[in-house]
Amino acid sequence: MTVEFRSEQLESPSLIARILKRLHIDIPLFIGLLLITGASLIVLYSTGNQEWSLLLKQGIRMTIAFGVMIVLAHINPQHFQRYSLPLYSIGLLLLLAVMVMGEIGKGAQRWLDLGFFRFQPSEMTKLTTPMMIAWYLSDRSIPPGFKTIVLACALILAPVVLIAKQPDLGTSILVASSGAAVLYLAGLSWRYIISGLLGVAALLPLLWHFMHDYQRDRVLMLLNPEADPMGRGYHIIQSKIAIGSGGIYGKGWLGSTQAKLDFLPESSTDFIFAVFAEEFGLLGCIGLLLIYVFLIGRSLYIATQAQDSYSRLLAGSLGLTFFVYLFVNIGMVIGILPVVGVPLPLVSYGGTSMVTLMAGFGILMSIHTHRKFLPT
Amino acid sequence: MSLTSPLKDATAEIKLFARRSIMAMVGASLLVLVLIARLVYLQIVGHEHYASLAKNNRIRIAALPPTRGLIYDRHNKILAENVPIYTLEIVPEDVKDVTDTVARLQQLLAIPDETVALYHRQRQRERSFTSTPLLTKMTPEQVARFSVQRPYFPGVDIKARLARHYPYKELTSHVVGYVGRINEKELKSLPVSEYRGTQYVGKVGVELAYEASLHGKAGYAEIETNAQGRSISVVYTNEPEAGADIHLTLDIDLQKTAYDALDIYNGAVVALEIKTGGVLVLVSRPGFDPNPFVHGIPYSTYQELQNAASQPLFNRALKGQYPPGSTVKPFMGLAALEYQMINFQQKKYCPGFYQLPNVKHKYRDWKRGGHGAVDMGKAIVESCDVYFYDLALGLGIDRIHQFLGRLGFGQLSGIDLLGERDGLLPSKDWKRVQRNQAWYPGETLIAGIGQGYMQATPLQLARATATLANRGQVVSPHLLAFKQNKTERIPVSLPEAENLQLDANNVSNILTSMVKVVHSPRGTAKRIASGIPYQIGGKTGTAQVFSVKQEERYDESQIAFKLRDHALFIAFAPADDPEIAVAVIAENGSHGGSVAAPIAAKVIRQYLHEAHDDSRIP
Repeated sequence: MTVEFRSEQLESPSLIARILKRLHIDIPLFIGLLLITGASLIVLYSTGNQEWSLLLKQGIRMTIAFGVMIVLAHINPQHFQRYSLPLYSIGLLLLLAVMVMGEIGKGAQRWLDLGFFRFQPSEMTKLTTPMMIAWYLSDRSIPPGFKTIVLACALILAPVVLIAKQPDLGTSILVASSGAAVLYLAGLSWRYIISGLLGVAALLPLLWHFMHDYQRDRVLMLLNPEADPMGRGYHIIQSKIAIGSGGIYGKGWLGSTQAKLDFLPESSTDFIFAVFAEEFGLLGCIGLLLIYVFLIGRSLYIATQAQDSYSRLLAGSLGLTFFVYLFVNIGMVIGILPVVGVPLPLVSYGGTSMVTLMAGFGILMSIHTHRKFLPT
Repeated sequence: MSLTSPLKDATAEIKLFARRSIMAMVGASLLVLVLIARLVYLQIVGHEHYASLAKNNRIRIAALPPTRGLIYDRHNKILAENVPIYTLEIVPEDVKDVTDTVARLQQLLAIPDETVALYHRQRQRERSFTSTPLLTKMTPEQVARFSVQRPYFPGVDIKARLARHYPYKELTSHVVGYVGRINEKELKSLPVSEYRGTQYVGKVGVELAYEASLHGKAGYAEIETNAQGRSISVVYTNEPEAGADIHLTLDIDLQKTAYDALDIYNGAVVALEIKTGGVLVLVSRPGFDPNPFVHGIPYSTYQELQNAASQPLFNRALKGQYPPGSTVKPFMGLAALEYQMINFQQKKYCPGFYQLPNVKHKYRDWKRGGHGAVDMGKAIVESCDVYFYDLALGLGIDRIHQFLGRLGFGQLSGIDLLGERDGLLPSKDWKRVQRNQAWYPGETLIAGIGQGYMQATPLQLARATATLANRGQVVSPHLLAFKQNKTERIPVSLPEAENLQLDANNVSNILTSMVKVVHSPRGTAKRIASGIPYQIGGKTGTAQVFSVKQEERYDESQIAFKLRDHALFIAFAPADDPEIAVAVIAENGSHGGSVAAPIAAKVIRQYLHEAHDDSRIP
């Protein structure tokens, strides 16, 4: 690996490559992101009934998101480390603020209206939580001791509970995974991991008790969507029809009938993968998944190359959270996981999650491009 | 991994981290494989299943109702047509405030509250983008009023549709019948796929009898829709096939003549074309205007029709069962001749009454003084009752039953209409089964003059007359001349005509007697003989509405109109080669000769005049 990296350095890179380097951009990640966002625009053009306005909006959001990525890539990771605690605290406070005076959006309190723009604090905690846990663990002995683990868990659960109460199950799962990923990468002993998993399993009935009716419905629907085809099982059935009817090669670009004719709900947002699957078939799906796996792999590689504990843990967590994101969304769309509101990362229509994700990739690039001493 | 790290614990940490990262990557890859496995299951194993589901999802089949066939008379005059009507329809989705819009429309167009309530009920059942009619039949004034105000009513529009219309109104109400909205009972028996999209179905008359032909074949359009059912585009259209036009043997001008000729009398006129069995006239008076039935007749109007004493909804020609009275005498005479019970010239003495042996009761003749010595010819011409009392007694009710049955009495004529009644031709068996009583000789006597249990419909009388005039070649009445669809003309198919194998001499004698009823100075219908260049054969009859007591006299001027006897007349013409047979019943008309016969004469005159004019045209 190191040899590879050197050879990359020694070859006289092209002008574009040099510019990208100067911009603190990691070229493999950048290419992967361009491929994914390109795929997003292609599918959105189809789901949006070939209206340019939808595409334009999302294009603007992508541009902003890429801008945020580049800005963050320029910031030295040390600054992230330094501001981890304040950022985490601000995120927590904003979540409380949302609870108190949040605006109702889609029946759930998620948004904070700051007058000039609306802001979703839970998105911010997707980044601040792993930062906080990484910061907290980086000072301590690795692998972490029991006390450290308990405190870390408390730090994770604080935002997770607040977000779950909004209620936004999808985001709370992602935030929880981002924190848990840090713990795992920090070498949390298998004893704790296994007993933790058993504990969660034991708590499931209790969790069931505290779930909202609609959340219970979603779990039940996963088990038997055909029980209520026009009601609660509708999403899953229509999504499976879209994917299944795509076959191996798909119906071709703009060939999705399920989404075009509105049978598939939320075809531009949470269920966009179904449209992709309908139009591009199994081969397209595998291609898309390979790009995702590449992005995850590159992120973990960056993590292993990081030069301090904080960067390592944070980078690794960002990569693994990206995977959880992907898995929860696709698992839901193809009917092996309950319907939770998690968009397909970088592809679903919408700005908030895209900005957060790109910020995450910005942090990854920053970590990779700000190494003080390069391996020799 | 890198060995350049300065601290040992840091090296351990990096090693641990790398291990964990690799494990995570392997785990993630395995989970991605799970996703791919699931995709393989959905997109390869389940592909066919889901592909068919997807197709069903997006294609909606919309029925395209066929245009109903028209109904014509024999001279191609339209009896039932499709005319455009204007409906006021609202698309709720395009209207800001439906209730307010409807309220304003109600004021503008003077719409009854009832209609508005109906609209709101109907609207609830439809999707918000479905055009729902508020008014089903707009008057020209309403169309004009709305057109001016239209800019103020977005989402409201006038639409033209085809609706059934019967230009001859009460003239054809019973024979052509009418269509009406499909009711729930009909919905169950009609073929669902053919009637999806059709609102109307034949209810009575030809409209009902030829429903299958008139309706046509429904087409369909495959419409691509979204999940809300909104149409996006038409993928495929299978055009509907219009229903066949039905051409009737009916002559609407003749029908009008007959209807008008009945004038103040309720009753029926049936005229048949002898050679073909084609029904020229099938009148039941009073009729009614069938047009309101098409769009749903108001309940009060329907009640009025239903409860009217004149029973306008009742088809007398087909279902009215009347004692045939003296019109039965020619058939009775023929029966006696055919059974060789008597010969034509054999005379009986008529003293004005008839008595059964050992019975005090006197069966009177209509002529108080009696007819004296009468043979069968005179008995028919002067309608001597006593002669036929004796004749019937000699025949016996079972032979009467047998012979008259062959002429179609007590039988359905088989006309191509539904709801025909079969009258009543009594027999000993019939009485034993139906009444659980023995047959009395007195009952045979009065059967001889068409009274008592015996009942016949006007159609049966016309048919028996036609068969007789046709010299025993049975006439099967039918209304259909031919069906005309897009490509071909399908003529009516009739069962092979049965021949009764009557003795030609006997038939001639009876027919001659019937001609004398009209054309001899003593004939009961002699008043219609003047001024015609051909001869008519006929027979008058009266049917008792109530019985006169033994020592009383029937005095027309002293009894209420509705208790007066029914006047009957059967006729055929021209005598030498009969073309038309007619049966007339004028309820409470009292006299067959003076009331019913002129009606038949008018029909015959017009028909023969037309027929012979036509034949002169090359």
